Amino acid sequence: MKIAVCIKRVPDMEMRFSIAADRKSLDQVGLKYEMGDFDGYALEVALQLVEKQGPGEVVVISLGPDGVQEMLRKGLAMGASRAVQLKADEVPFDGLAIAKALAVELKDGGYDLILFGRMATDTASGTVGPMTAELLGLPCVTAISHLDVSAGQGTARRDLEGAAETVSFPLPAVLTIDEGIARPRLASLKGIMAAKKKPLETKAAQLGEPRLTVDSIALPADRPPGRIIGEGADAVPELVRLLQTEAKVL
Amino acid sequence: MANMLAFAESREGALRKVAFETVSAARSAADASGGGEVHALLVGAPGIAARADELGRYGADVVIVAEHAALDHYSPEVYAATTADRLRAGGYRAGLFAASAQGRDLSPRVAARLGVSLASDVIDFEIQADAVIARHPAYTGKVIVTLRLTGEPALVAIRPGAIAPVEQPRTVRVEAAAPAMDPASARVRVTAVTQGGNSRLDIGEASVIVSGGRGLRAAENFKLVEDLADAIGNAAVGATRAVTDDGWRPATDQIGQTGRLVSPDLYVAIGISGAIQHLAGMRTAKTIVAINKDKDAPIFKVADYGIVGDLFEIIPRLTEEIRRVRGGH
Repeated sequence: MKIAVCIKRVPDMEMRFSIAADRKSLDQVGLKYEMGDFDGYALEVALQLVEKQGPGEVVVISLGPDGVQEMLRKGLAMGASRAVQLKADEVPFDGLAIAKALAVELKDGGYDLILFGRMATDTASGTVGPMTAELLGLPCVTAISHLDVSAGQGTARRDLEGAAETVSFPLPAVLTIDEGIARPRLASLKGIMAAKKKPLETKAAQLGEPRLTVDSIALPADRPPGRIIGEGADAVPELVRLLQTEAKVL
Repeated sequence: MANMLAFAESREGALRKVAFETVSAARSAADASGGGEVHALLVGAPGIAARADELGRYGADVVIVAEHAALDHYSPEVYAATTADRLRAGGYRAGLFAASAQGRDLSPRVAARLGVSLASDVIDFEIQADAVIARHPAYTGKVIVTLRLTGEPALVAIRPGAIAPVEQPRTVRVEAAAPAMDPASARVRVTAVTQGGNSRLDIGEASVIVSGGRGLRAAENFKLVEDLADAIGNAAVGATRAVTDDGWRPATDQIGQTGRLVSPDLYVAIGISGAIQHLAGMRTAKTIVAINKDKDAPIFKVADYGIVGDLFEIIPRLTEEIRRVRGGH
């Protein structure tokens, strides 16, 4: 089984962000980068599938500047066989522009599965996976929380609001992976050593023309500072009064 | 004057609340453009056409109904083909979706089929002559991005709960349309839909959410949370990631960066410390109440009203007090 996993380098979300002078991007000073949360789940799903159903290979692909190579090496250390960087000075916000570049790379790859995280944690849009599937003309299931694959056929579960869908699909297919499906493994020392010798190819990204662009970014208006109105059950009548008369939500 | 297409989401033959939100948003956008028409697209099994009038109540002028006996469940390929065809043929300025589980699946497929871009998970937007300007929370809600979307039709998926549905009744014209693809030839098939958790109101649809964290100590103590939700009425029950990871509550109840993003009128956080991952999912709630024994818990930094203390004493008292004031009406 041959599986491609498309992963994105995103800032560590635990950090305090500030806005750069151009008002369109984050101040890069002190930013640390890592693999997107959902992309980590997708890579783990791919590695487990190949381990259980081998022989096969897992290819990690990332679009972005040379900074993505460190994350691709991490993917190789986790167990991917090879990596591809689609080089672009910056990653556009437009999912379709990205999907076009990925489709060019994936089109003739002979992949049985192409996996994505449900969304990147930075742009939080979740559009690139299904768009890439459409451009490739492949079946696609998004936001999967459970997956079974056998004999060229797959069954997946998608969580909805208050319900879940069971979905069947044929391979080859594009899948986007939700949280909770598989905890990403830590790279072993042996894996880290081996990753240094695995192939990492760099190609120019053939991005589509971006038609969804960032006008400006801002930090959200701070909520008014929190207020503790009292301690213990004796504070309950005051809370109910405030909810009725001040917040007017009861 | 610009016409808008609103995709009206349904499940199991009933419209979802987000359908009214999407139609309302389309109505506002059409009116702001000088009074275009709002067309709502409704896809489903035979009988779904009976829901058209409900869409008229929220401002749809035309409801296009594509029924097929094999569309008991959502079919991504049939829905995408049908929506893309209609957008292509109809000369719409914009196509609007909900950024719900279904809308997030459907809207990017439609965008790629049409070769247009999509602004997803938008909290508000404005249609200008040559662009749509949309605001979208990103970076776990820590940054608000203002996006410029060019091209026609402009596709926008709106975060559930971000735009309140407003009744603006119209007399609807119903147009029947055939699905643009035979469901029998679909490769991706939804074979079953199972209701998750309990029959309680869904967290995406509720104006009040009562949520519990590790502070509740055990799954069975969620009874306290449920009782409070019942006393408030029209309230859903949510949970933190720690709680759903431990299997105390179904994964679909998880509120946070990796779960659901919600914006209710009232959010009650019980025994929740307020990790960044959780705050990312609920910090846009209008009013936040927190009850926690640790006065230094980060949840108190965002809570409009906090009570420090033992939730096992406070919550039953709060439930009783709300029942009392409610009973007095």
